[in-house]
Order: sequence, then C-alpha cells, then structure tokens
Amino acid sequence: MLNQSKTVGLPVSRIDGPLKVTGQARYAAEHFGPGMLYGHVVSATIATGRIRAIHTAAAEHFPGVVKIYTHDNRPKTAYRDSRWKDAVALPGHPFRPLENDRVLFDGQPVAFVVAESPEAARDAAGLVQIEYLSEEPHTDIVAQRHESYEPPVPRMKQFMPPPPRGDAEAAFAAAAHRVSADYVLSGEHHNPMELFASTVLLGTDGALTIHDKTQGSQNSCDYICGVFSLDPGKVVVKNSFVGGAFGQALRPKHQLFFAVMASLDLNRSMKVEMTRQDMFYLTWRPSCIQTVSLAADAEGHLQAVMHHAVHATSRHEDYQENVANWSGLAYKCENVKISYEIAKLDLATPGDMRAPGAATGMTALEAAMDELAYAAGIDPLELRIRNFVHRDQNQDKAITSKALHACYREGAARFGWAERSAAPRSMREGDDLVGWGMAGGIWEAMMSKGEAKVRLSVDGSVTVSAAASDIGTGTYTILGQLAAEAFDCPVDAVSVEIGASDLPKTGVEGGSWTAATTGSAVQAAAKAVIKTLLTHAQSMENSPLKEAKVQQVEIAEGRLVLESNHQIGVSMVDILEAAGLEAIEEHAKVGPDMLTMMRYASYSHSAVFVEVKVDEELGIVRVTRVVSAIGAGRILNPKTARSQILGGIVMGIGMALHEEGMIDHRTGRIMNHNLAEYHVPAHADIRDIEVIFVEEDDDMASPIGVKGLGEIGIVGVAAAVSNAVFHATGKRIRTLPITVDKILQSEAV
Amino acid sequence: MKPFSYTRAESVRDAVAALMANPQAQLLAGGTNLIDLIKYDVAEPEAVIDINRLPLKEIVELPDGGLRIGALVSNSAVAYDPRVKQHFPLLSSAILAGASPQLRNAATTGGNLLQRTRCYYFYDPASPCNKRDPGSGCPAIGGLNRIHAILGASDACIAVHPSDMCVALAALDATVEVEGPDGAREIGFADFHRLPGDGPDRDNTLRRGEIVTGVRLEANHFAGHHTYLKLRDRLSYAFALVSVAAAVQVADGRFVEVRVALGGVAHKPWRDPLAEAEFAGAPAGEETFIRLADRLLAGAEGRGHNDFKIPLAHRAIVRALRQAVSGHPQDQTVKAIQ
Ligand SMILES: Cc1cc2nc3c(=O)[nH]c(=O)nc-3n(C[C@H](O)[C@H](O)[C@H](O)COP(=O)(O)OP(=O)(O)OC[C@H]3O[C@@H](n4cnc5c(N)ncnc54)[C@H](O)[C@@H]3O)c2cc1C
Ligand code: SF4
Repeated sequence: MLNQSKTVGLPVSRIDGPLKVTGQARYAAEHFGPGMLYGHVVSATIATGRIRAIHTAAAEHFPGVVKIYTHDNRPKTAYRDSRWKDAVALPGHPFRPLENDRVLFDGQPVAFVVAESPEAARDAAGLVQIEYLSEEPHTDIVAQRHESYEPPVPRMKQFMPPPPRGDAEAAFAAAAHRVSADYVLSGEHHNPMELFASTVLLGTDGALTIHDKTQGSQNSCDYICGVFSLDPGKVVVKNSFVGGAFGQALRPKHQLFFAVMASLDLNRSMKVEMTRQDMFYLTWRPSCIQTVSLAADAEGHLQAVMHHAVHATSRHEDYQENVANWSGLAYKCENVKISYEIAKLDLATPGDMRAPGAATGMTALEAAMDELAYAAGIDPLELRIRNFVHRDQNQDKAITSKALHACYREGAARFGWAERSAAPRSMREGDDLVGWGMAGGIWEAMMSKGEAKVRLSVDGSVTVSAAASDIGTGTYTILGQLAAEAFDCPVDAVSVEIGASDLPKTGVEGGSWTAATTGSAVQAAAKAVIKTLLTHAQSMENSPLKEAKVQQVEIAEGRLVLESNHQIGVSMVDILEAAGLEAIEEHAKVGPDMLTMMRYASYSHSAVFVEVKVDEELGIVRVTRVVSAIGAGRILNPKTARSQILGGIVMGIGMALHEEGMIDHRTGRIMNHNLAEYHVPAHADIRDIEVIFVEEDDDMASPIGVKGLGEIGIVGVAAAVSNAVFHATGKRIRTLPITVDKILQSEAV
Repeated sequence: MKPFSYTRAESVRDAVAALMANPQAQLLAGGTNLIDLIKYDVAEPEAVIDINRLPLKEIVELPDGGLRIGALVSNSAVAYDPRVKQHFPLLSSAILAGASPQLRNAATTGGNLLQRTRCYYFYDPASPCNKRDPGSGCPAIGGLNRIHAILGASDACIAVHPSDMCVALAALDATVEVEGPDGAREIGFADFHRLPGDGPDRDNTLRRGEIVTGVRLEANHFAGHHTYLKLRDRLSYAFALVSVAAAVQVADGRFVEVRVALGGVAHKPWRDPLAEAEFAGAPAGEETFIRLADRLLAGAEGRGHNDFKIPLAHRAIVRALRQAVSGHPQDQTVKAIQ
C-alpha cells in the first residue's frame, strides 16, 4: 500500500495546467487537417409536429456550400436501434438525427449544411426554410404530473424504488410531528465552457481520427462504428482535453454523428461545432416535482418517510435517475414508502447532470427535514444526528464507511452552528435578516471496470496510459501522482496518456468513479511492473533480493529495495540492463470486488452549512458563507479535490437561486437559451466557501481507498440555501430557484 | 449571420453619408450589442460602418460646469473619469452597476443609448415580435414576461429598455447631441427614447442618417444626495429587474427638488416630472417617499409574471430616496443593499 506518501495526498498543481493556460491544450474544435469542410446544424423551432417541407435551394446556391442534408437525402445508417445505443443509452428509441419528418423537441437538428468555411455553413443554414405542421406541445412538468408512469424498463435496477418497509401511511397518521409538501425543481442546463464539437480527420487509408467533446472516447468510438458499420480498428476517437462536461457529454451528441456522416459521404475531413443555443436543447437536468412526507415522534425519531418523485423525460426515451431512493437510506426509519415515475414532455431527452437524481431528491428530502425540525422544535442538525444510521436500509446491507458524524461535528464547529438562534427571523445584521441553514448530502461511491498500462523505461521515466477522460477534474494529475508514488519519482517524470479510444479500456468519465477505477488500475499495473522487476532482479547473480516476496519490496530512489531495509536492493537500471530490456510494461484490469459488493454498500457523505443575508423588503438574497464538510474516503490531491467541491457548491447555489430553463409552454420552446438570460452565479454571488475533508479510511470502497468527489459537492447545497432563507425570513419557498419575485410574493409563517 | 460590407468612417460626415447611402446600414461602436444581434440573425445589416475612428472620444468641461461626453468614450472611461466622479457621481455609479468590466471597457456612450431590449422573443428570430418584425405580434403578452414593462407599455410591445447608464442620464436631464444630413441638433433626454405605442420597432427619435455625437450634462445641485439602486436576479452581471436613479436637493428637511428615474420598468428610462414637481416643498421623510412612489406607480400594470415588479419598484423607490436624502448612495462595489 501507499503509506508514507511523497506525492499522493499532497496538493500537487495540475500537470496539464501549463498547457491549458498557455493555449497549447487543444480541444475538440481546435484540430485542423487539409481539405477540411465545416458543418452547421439547422435546429427545429417547434416543439412537436412534422416537417411539411424543407426549402434548401437558396442555401444550396450560397457560395461555398457543398451539400445540405435533410431526412430526405441523408445517407443510409444502421437500421436496428441496438446499433445506435451508446454505453449510457436509455430504454426507448435512441434519437437518430434526420431520421424522418417528425419533430420531437425544440432545437432538434432537422437539416445539416456542409460548406468550405464555417461562416458559409452558418450563413447558409440561416437560408434553409422549413415549413412545419405544429402540434400542441406539453412541456410543463407540473401540468403533466398526473400523466406520469413507472418506467417499464429500468435504466438501472438500483434506480427503482426499494420495496416499501413497514407501514408508512399508518405510522405517518399516528406520529406526533408531521410535514408534507410538494417541491418543484426547474429544468437546468449544464453549459460547460466548451461547446460540443467534433473534428474528423480523414487518413489516407480511410482511417478516421476523431477529436470529440466527450466524457468517453471509447463510447463515442463504439457508437460511430455501430451507426456507420465501421471497422473499429480504423477509428480512433480522442478527447485529450475536455472543457467541462458535468455529465452532458456522457452520451455522443449529434455533431459527432453529422461530422462522421458527412466525412464518409463526401470523403473529406470535417468539423462541426455547436452554438451556445444548441447547448440548451440537449441533455438537461429534468424538471421534477416531488412530494415528501415525514413524520417523527416527540423526540424527533423518524416514524415515516414517504417520497414520490415525477420528473420529465422525452417522447422517445425513458430517462431515469435515482431521485427518491436516498430518502430510504439517509436516515434511520422503519416505515418507508418510495415511488418514482416519469412523465413524457415534448422536450429533448434529459440526462445526467452533476449528481443526477441525488441533487434533485436530496434537495427535497433535506428541505423536508428542515421543516420537520421546525415542526418538532428540534435543532435541524440535532434532528439529523438523532436519526443517524450506519446501514443501507434500502438494500439491507452494511456500509463500508460513513464519517458523517465527523462531517457534522467539524462542519458545525467551523461554521459556528452552536451560536444559531432557532427561531426564524431572529437573527439580524443591520437591515438584513440573517439565516443559517444546513443539509446533508450523499452519493454512491462507485467503482467500475477499468484497465491501465504502466511502462517503466531504463531512463527512469514512467508512462501511464488508459482511455480515461479528464473533464477538468484533475485525472491527469492524480494518475501521475499515483505512478510517481509507486516508483518514488517526481510527478513530472511521469507522462500520463489518456483521452484516446485506442488506450486501455475505460468506461465513460461519470458518476465520480474515475479516480477509484483508473487510479486503482494504475496502481495495479504499477504493482505488476514491480513484480516483474523483482523477478528479473532475482535472476541476477548474487541478487540481494533472492528471497524477497513482492509484498516485501518497494521502489526507493531508483532502486528496488526491501521495505524493511532500504540498504538492501538493486538499482532499477541495473535490473533492466541485466535483463536486456529497454522497458517493462504491464497491463492491469480492475473492477469492483463482487464479494464486498454483495455485503456492503458504499457512499460518500457531506454536511453543508450556509449563511444567507436577505434584504427582505427588496427580496435580495446573498449567500455569504458556506462550510462543506465531506467524507469521501482518501483524498489523493487536496487541491484538485477542493476544486471539485467548490465547483459543486457554486453549482448548488445556482440551483437554489439562479438556474432555470424558461419554457414558453404555449410553444414548448426554451426562451432564455443564452448565458445573458440563463443565470448561473456570477463572482459577486460567491463569497466565503470553506471545504473540509474529514478523515475516512475505507479500503473497501476501492483498492486505493478513494470514493470520488465529482458529485458529492453539489448534493444538499440547494436545500441548505433554501433552509437558510427560511431561517432568515420565515418563508418556505419550495419551488427553485428562489428568485426575487418568490421572496416578495410568499408569506412568512 | 448574413454577409455584410464593412467600412470605416473617417469623419462624422462620412458616417452620415454612409447611413444615407444604404437604409440597411448600421453603425458599429463597441459592438457588444450589435455583434450579438447579428450573430442571432436579429440585426441583418447589409453594411456595417465602423465609427471607432471618429473624433468623439473626449470628455470636455463646459464653461457652465457641465461636461460633454463624446459618443465613443467607453463606459469605463466615463465611470472612472475624475470629473464625472466628482460632479456626476450618479452617472458613474449607474454605469458601474451594469454589465461586466470587460463589457464596460468595450461599450461606448452612444452604443449604450442605442442598445436594444433583452426581451427573449426579440432575440429569437423564430418567434414573432412586433419590434423585430412589425405586425407579427407580441408573444411576451401572455408569455414569459417576468422582465417586462409595468409602465407605458402598449398592446403592441411590453419590452423594457435595458440600460443602467440611461436611467442616470434621465435623472440628470442630459441632452443628446446628434448630427445628421441636415446638420447638428439636440434632443432632450426625455425625448430621446420613445414609448412603444403602435410602432415598437422604433426605440428612439433619431431620424434617418443621424448619429449620436455626444451627451451633454449641465451642472447640478445634487452633490452627495443621489443614488443608483439596481435590483436584479444575481448580484452582478444581470440586467435590472427594477432600478432607481434618485437625485434630490433638500433644505430644512424639505425637498427643494426631487428627481426619480426608473429603469427596467418601461420602454424608456421612466420619469414623471409633473409628479416630481408636486413634491417640491414636501418633507423629505418616509411618508413622502411612500406617497411619491404611489404617485409614480399609479398607472403601473402587471402582465402576470412581472406583477412583482410593482411592489418591488415601490420599495426600491422608497429605499433609493432614503439613500439619497441621507447622503449615503448605494456603493456598487458592495453587494449588500444599503
Ligand atoms: C452579457 C451582457 C450583459 C450586459 N449587462 C448590462 C447591464 O447590466 N446594464 C447595461 O446597461 N448594459 C448591459 N449590457 C449592454 C451594454 O451596455 C451594451 O451592449 C453597450 O452599452 C452597447 O455599446 P456598444 O458601444 O458596444 O454598442 P454597439 O453594439 O456597437 O452598438 C449598439 C447599437 O448602437 C448603435 N450605435 C452605436 N454608436 C452609435 C452612435 N454614436 N450613434 C448612433 N448609433 C450608434 C449601433 O448601430 C447599434 O445599433 C450588457 C451586454 C451584454 C452582452
Ligand atoms: S415585448 Fe416587444 S420586443 Fe418583446 S416580443 Fe413583444 S414586441 Fe417583441
């Protein structure tokens, strides 16, 4: 194991940082090749109906235009749905660009213009005239909540509600304290900095090199090979650098389809980049309405938990996420009833957005817990402590670790929670009402199957490779740190090769499992290299390591030595030279431990404390302080780790106060599809944020003790903000985001 | 985006001639609004005339203590000019409440006056919109109108003028200097922007071929008694839901003069000089503030999502008057409202 860390656990700066800040890191749209053509997508401007006619003559005559594709003339593609299903595909019919005349959502691509320059493509796209036969759209989740249904085909078994426990209704009716309310979340749109883009470079032998904005190069590669019946040996997809993704780039997007389609059809290299508006139509956090009912006895012990969630999906696919099940395992309770349904809206298929499901469901549960705390007259933190449970009651399994008490303790101490006066509207500073709110967060700690290769060269350099993606999280850096640790070398002696489909197999970068998975694979491959080194060392004459076992050796200062006595050992260079080798390369495969998984569940946890100041007369809310205490296993790099949590908190503040896709339900169209009118927090909205990582040793969560950090940072934040707004104002605002109008129009209790 | 010709005007006369030569020509100043509109296919000029070389980049002191600000002086340069800060701090404050430092560095005085509404439908060429496409209808009525007008709207258009700077200029009774084919003329600030009426495609009273050359400010007596209070959906970098520019002169606890201009509530910066005049001599206290707010908003009408703007504007007026009278203008660098 990696004990006395020299690099792991230290705040190492990103090894890809200099490339990024000097503009040398190239993103998907920043690659060029000879004879390149450019594409621009024409998007539908109705939410549902049919295309009656597409008039392309004017666009075709535009100088520089090469070809215009519509559903009438597109090249043939795979027939069966299975060929269109990517690794993250959903139950239902995968969207096929230009499939037919049917329009399923606002912004759907309905024509594709290829030209000699991006400007010509874009201009000509504006000349394509489309006649529609519009139908009446349904895009309001609140209006459609009763049209909901249980997903007939589960996306994942664990997204389905656990069977009911006890008798929640009876327990609710009999309990001393009860709360029950509806919580509404608006649809949210990821909007990472980098737009979706694909550059297809045509090789001389018909091979394709594709630079794609994706969270999984192999997923994009498999998708393209399936749809266009290509030889996987002839396609390489690269995503060396990804300018943010948050889950939006898990599934291949239509720009990839179009770029490859036109490249094959026209036998030219191609580039397609989406516009910012396009980013609003695809893969969004579904609008959701939830009813949460909680009941407790006089001492605040939960007697009943009921959680019903209905979120949006599209007409053609059943998007699903785990919204409500968290309510069955966050706190100790014997009587639990969870139900989960989806409702079809005339919108694009929703998708995973940072902490999908948990960010939505825990917002409702944790707001309801706050309401219960007030109903029972118990401090909100104390209520949670009283209902602490060290078991996954949904699956009736033990859990690998849960340092949530430490999160509560350290977070509360840092925040000064003990100084809080309980009554709403009881804390003031000048004209401002001050509110302190808190909430808990939870996310499943996952590890998936993954592979990696590690190569040790005679010059002492180390190369790590895997088809993992660094979506800005710091994957390059932590993999470099893990290898540097294993070979006792500086991080900059390690080169990290990720972001290409021809590297060792790795799943998509999502669910916060990359560090656990690829990190463990790198560690395993490094161990395999050391094992091979030892074998070679032992065949050297007079080897001092003759009797050593692999568990007894490690690398120190360029030598393979006995852990117990660094004097005894052989230099790595000597071992390689004696064996006549330039390098040793080993490949490793890891995956979750099935035995552990049968007996244990594993989660990361958080406690978030928020201070708001509210100018009540004018309805203006400021989040002045956030303390987030995180229990997420081992922290490989506190610097990149902290950034993940900071980003999650900022996004959570956006969820609470700003983010909202505004749909005109008469037309079913998203109207604020630009970053001037779709608000995310600005710098001025973000003040002091403190992140605490509590100690948590967990070698069951993953071989390297890591639980993952990409998602946990956002979970609970929106609830903590809305609870703080309640504490400040006495106003319980259950429809997010909490905007000026809602503050002004709601009554204090 | 459609192809357009691009020329640089070397003199005001050049620019005027170029505008006269092609009715589909548009001037380019900082470009922070025009380029966006072109990219969204909302503006489709055949000719773009870059006016950045025109000699309109100075702030000049006038003999009576006023200032003339050239049309091409950037918003930042105005906001940080020591003379503006000293004599017209309200203007400086309003500019700093708007947009972001990067935008303010590029945006110009003339461009700010002529920036177009942020109505969602106006920005979306696939939607009908009387302002963009006269006669096509106004989907904001009955649609998404949280950011729309509560005063002076018509059945043809309920959009608001989005500028912060102009709200201060309205309160300061600025004069807009323009030059056109018939020579130079002046337009009082209140007459520069229009209400929508049945012609919402026209935002202002500029005539064909006219270009804004500058804005003139006269010396005033407001000294420290002013404020710019802007309320928005996030603490920076968002257009005003409601904003108030207040400037007052108080003697013996009574208003000698009170001016209140409102932003985010109408198709133009909203002022009601008749109402203001009624309050000269009134005690400069809470009760008067409330009565003045009542009076200014007497004709306010909500359209559904924007109903909240009526109470919000009322409270904002009262708060702004409190700030102005007490001599504690809103500090734009702190995000707490004072
Ligand atoms: C994201 C974003 C946020 C913003 N937030 C705010 C805000 O909070 N508050 C605020 O007030 N503003 C805000 N703005 C708007 C900004 O202030 C304006 O875009 C800017 O003032 C326009 O000036 P410009 O010089 O760039 O104009 P341009 O874009 O160059 O021109 C705008 C219009 O004015 C015309 N024009 C320019 N100069 C002249 C002239 N001398 N005579 C006649 N016509 C002329 C042009 O032909 C064009 O029609 C924001 C803008 C953006 C993009
Ligand atoms: S309010 Fe004015 S700008 Fe907006 S849609 Fe109506 S007419 Fe167009």
